[in-house]
Amino acid sequence: MQDLRELYQSVILDHNKAPRNFGVLEGASREADGHNPICGDKLTVYVSVDSDDRIDDVRFQGSGCAISTASASLMTEFVKGKTLDEVGRTFGQFHLLVTGPATEPSHTDGLGKLAVFAGVREFPMRVKCATLSWHTLNAALEQSSETAKTE
Amino acid sequence: MSPSLDVDRVRKDFPILATEVHGKPLVFLDSAASAQKPRQVIDAIAHHYETSYANIHRGVYQLSQASTEAFERTREKVARFLGASDAREIVFTRNATEGINLVAQSWGRSQLGAGDEVLITEMEHHANIVPWQMLCEQTGASLRVAPIDDAGTLRHGEFESLLSTRTKIVAFTHVSNALGTINPVKELTTLAHEHGAIVLIDGAQSAPHLTVDMRELDCDFFVFTGHKLFGPSGIGVLYGKLAHLEAMPPYQGGGDMIETVTFEKTTYAPVPHKFEAGTPDISGVVGLGAAIDYVEQLGLDAIAAHEHALLEYATERLAALPGLRLIGTAPEKAAVASFVLDFAHPHDIGTILDQEGIAVRTGHHCAQPVMDRYGLAATARASFSIYNTESDVDALVAAIGTARELFG
Repeated sequence: MQDLRELYQSVILDHNKAPRNFGVLEGASREADGHNPICGDKLTVYVSVDSDDRIDDVRFQGSGCAISTASASLMTEFVKGKTLDEVGRTFGQFHLLVTGPATEPSHTDGLGKLAVFAGVREFPMRVKCATLSWHTLNAALEQSSETAKTE
Repeated sequence: MSPSLDVDRVRKDFPILATEVHGKPLVFLDSAASAQKPRQVIDAIAHHYETSYANIHRGVYQLSQASTEAFERTREKVARFLGASDAREIVFTRNATEGINLVAQSWGRSQLGAGDEVLITEMEHHANIVPWQMLCEQTGASLRVAPIDDAGTLRHGEFESLLSTRTKIVAFTHVSNALGTINPVKELTTLAHEHGAIVLIDGAQSAPHLTVDMRELDCDFFVFTGHKLFGPSGIGVLYGKLAHLEAMPPYQGGGDMIETVTFEKTTYAPVPHKFEAGTPDISGVVGLGAAIDYVEQLGLDAIAAHEHALLEYATERLAALPGLRLIGTAPEKAAVASFVLDFAHPHDIGTILDQEGIAVRTGHHCAQPVMDRYGLAATARASFSIYNTESDVDALVAAIGTARELFG
């Protein structure tokens, strides 16, 4: 049970039960679909980026396990108001957090609540659950607004 | 009344059951994905490598002869196991999937054209869907799908109404891997034959649990795989009626499947060798033979009775859990309990059960159309085999309680 509580921290359980920023973002400038075929997790991330390359709104919709739902929810909270550069750096840091060796506390600096996903490292089969929303956000941000609209 | 299964003795035959997972004794409830291996099978493979291994059908030396004999003896054993009238009707493949692909590509491509139909059911594993889709793309034939009801039972009337003179082959599973449904395969075969179609039965999930008899079923093709029958992975069997196999073109070309080769023309070996190009999984065949011996010594009737009792116990205990919904509740079922919980996603259940040492399958079970039918992305599936006990079921129920504690 202790290992499970390390993975399923109360913040994760809370965001799974009541995901934040859940639903379609009307007028999103970019969006992308993410799919994990192994477990069937599916989500769409909607982003609105302002002229300063800053995320002024972000929402997600889909269905998945507790780890992927909570990760998407916490991600949307975290990246709102951040610049694209900051988001890119955070993704790299987050990836290291869930895949790398036991991280020194300093490595989670700036990750805020996202640090609750450190327990995922002990569950290699679940890493993709935690990173699906980030990969999807990345895919959305890599599109230009023009191509996103043609889809 | 057949003798009942001595589960304690059976459990001692499976070395892996003594292992621990996360400090807990292993509770293995994923035999529908792949069964564990008894000492008898492990030893037979080691013994073959240690005493009589050489390539088959080639050398004149004693070892090659011994290896060939062990290989061909197993073919006869498989024929007997399936109730086939002739060992030439047994083709060794890599698995059940390859058997279906062989029939689709060899029989199908030479027989089907535009306007013809292939009929399958909504409960099929991807292995009994995709090869037929590929065949239809190649030949212009159409794929038709007979639906199932909410319990997971094939809709008999609709199956029958989809049969017509256009139907050339009907392929259905004997036992559904995702739902556990046992199909009335003899009846379905008779119906298909009445409409002039030939029949392939996917026996991957039935061969380890039910007595199958080719003369009684009268199907044209039947496939199963060794690894679900307590044998090694990498070896499977295609049964085909001799007349079909003899009329079919080869599936793959290479050594061992030929009679004479010149650059101008090659003539093929007689069946079944025509379908066994290249060096086969020789030790896999030997292991499969040992697995069949093991199953026959336990007795399929005793196995079926044991598993049915476990299924009833598991169904009763699981159905009593609040928030749990069983997926697949057909009246005729094999020992498979697929379920979803309203408080936790199947993937989370899988992780939580694993921490308790319990192995279940979570996901779409290579049957995405079945998941779509129920509007689900995934289920958790516990499957029960000869080495499982009521206390395994109790462990599963307790671990679901842990999941509720965490998520509820």
